[in-house]
Amino acid sequence: MKVFCIAEYRFDELNPLSIEILNLANQIKGDGTAEAVVIGKDVGKYAEELVKYADRVWKVEDDALENYTPDLYVDVLLQLVEKENPDLILVGNTSQGSEFAPYLAAKLNAPLATDVVAVDTSDGVKVSRYLMQGKLMVDLKLKSTPCVLTIRQGIFKEGSEVGGEIVDAGIKPSRESKRKFISYIEPEVGEVDITQADIIVSVGRGIEDASNIELAEELAELLGGVVAGSRPVIDNGWLPKDRQVGISGKVVKPKLYLALGISGAFQHVMGMKDSELIIAINKDPEAPIFGVAHYGVVADLFDVVPELIDKLKELKG
Amino acid sequence: MKIIVLAKHAPDPESEISVASDGKSVSQSGLVYDINDWDRYAVEEAIRIKEERDGEVVVVGVGTSCDDTLRKCLAMGADRAIKIPVDTSFDAYQTAEVIKEALKDEEFDIIMAGLMSQDLNNAQVGVLLAAMLDLPVATAVAEMKVEDGKVIAKRELEGGYLEEVELPTPCVLTIQSGINEPRYVSIMGIKRAKSKEMKEVNVSPTISTLEIEKMYLPPVKKAEMIEGDASEIAEKLIAIFKERGLI
Repeated sequence: MKVFCIAEYRFDELNPLSIEILNLANQIKGDGTAEAVVIGKDVGKYAEELVKYADRVWKVEDDALENYTPDLYVDVLLQLVEKENPDLILVGNTSQGSEFAPYLAAKLNAPLATDVVAVDTSDGVKVSRYLMQGKLMVDLKLKSTPCVLTIRQGIFKEGSEVGGEIVDAGIKPSRESKRKFISYIEPEVGEVDITQADIIVSVGRGIEDASNIELAEELAELLGGVVAGSRPVIDNGWLPKDRQVGISGKVVKPKLYLALGISGAFQHVMGMKDSELIIAINKDPEAPIFGVAHYGVVADLFDVVPELIDKLKELKG
Repeated sequence: MKIIVLAKHAPDPESEISVASDGKSVSQSGLVYDINDWDRYAVEEAIRIKEERDGEVVVVGVGTSCDDTLRKCLAMGADRAIKIPVDTSFDAYQTAEVIKEALKDEEFDIIMAGLMSQDLNNAQVGVLLAAMLDLPVATAVAEMKVEDGKVIAKRELEGGYLEEVELPTPCVLTIQSGINEPRYVSIMGIKRAKSKEMKEVNVSPTISTLEIEKMYLPPVKKAEMIEGDASEIAEKLIAIFKERGLI
């Protein structure tokens, strides 16, 4: 199987997920090849990194490709795919990959699966992915090739080096991008840096209301920690954006991560799974957070947290 | 300014989830349906733009039982609804295809959809539709500004970063949650919604790119569970904190 892996970089750094999708490609290529594609203005250094894990790296370079736009990425990829006929096109399931991959798939009339966590190519192309925010899984069979898959981060970290060649694809954009890149905007800096905290009391949808954040604040203060939150809490404006834990927020690795009323959507889990000790309190025994926590409590946080606060106060005299 | 908004009538993943007896679909028992959370933000954003610049908001729903969600959008302030009464499969191409067909006679400036659906989490329909219509697209829009003939959008990236981009209209945008605060549906809104147009457009999908082999509960590494009443649980948690030197 000829597997294409579309690399991604930002702020001068290759996204580690680009190596992860090459690892996957090497696992499933059989007698075929794992080939990376890197697109941009000057991408030589990324190609050097990628080629360690690839049979071939295609460089697609042009001044117009300096900043990512979905139109031009799809434009050059269509040209390369037409020339090289890959069976599978793997893309990272990132803000960038999940944007251009469906567009590319539609232009190729190719089957598409997003946020994939397992791929089996022993009999056609089959993939596994989660749905219902992690509560169910589904196995899908894609009916034809080429097909386009976006791959979840953190699944295919293990791989061995291959060492291939770097080839200039000699492909240029055939038109101008309709979408213009203006700028990157850095996250705002808040009063509290949750990435530096040893203890994080993190609240999710289960906290129910802004006024209940106080409860978490009180517990955090007694533990000498800070309060953070999952996406719904930030979306509701109950905590500032710089307290968000997850892919689009901060990645934290505290000594204790106490998850209160957090269901454990993948986007959140990626931001806290490497914490030293994770304790989750949630009413729903099926909440995916219990799959990542070290200790779990199936209970109403409004029963347990006040008890915990009282006992901590007693302890501190 | 005419804005099309895609609104999905979708089961809430917080409701009771299980696999149906066919092993290939989600059991309907215990499911609570509502407007897809991301789409709620898209509807709100469209209505805000209309309130500022005039024009029309047309909400589109796919599915034989999407009336409640369409009515909710009308009650929020959308002007009219298009219902495509066909239950498309897991294959997002089918959903995008029927929407494209249903919009054949509509001229519009912007199509908005939620970033993803709360049940399938595919994040595909909006972008597939953009590609089918050959329109520029921006996904995960966390802030936007409409000017004559263009949209300035801030897309959400990883790690709290945003990317500012400019798109000409017509274009397709998928909306990230948190972009605004969706309004509550008022009684007046519900009354007004009753007189608003809900047109049915009958189209069937022709594309089929994938099939479901099976659906199942994910294998999970289970946490060590702490049991007891609230007081006992608190005691046990404190013992763990002490053991770990956290207090």
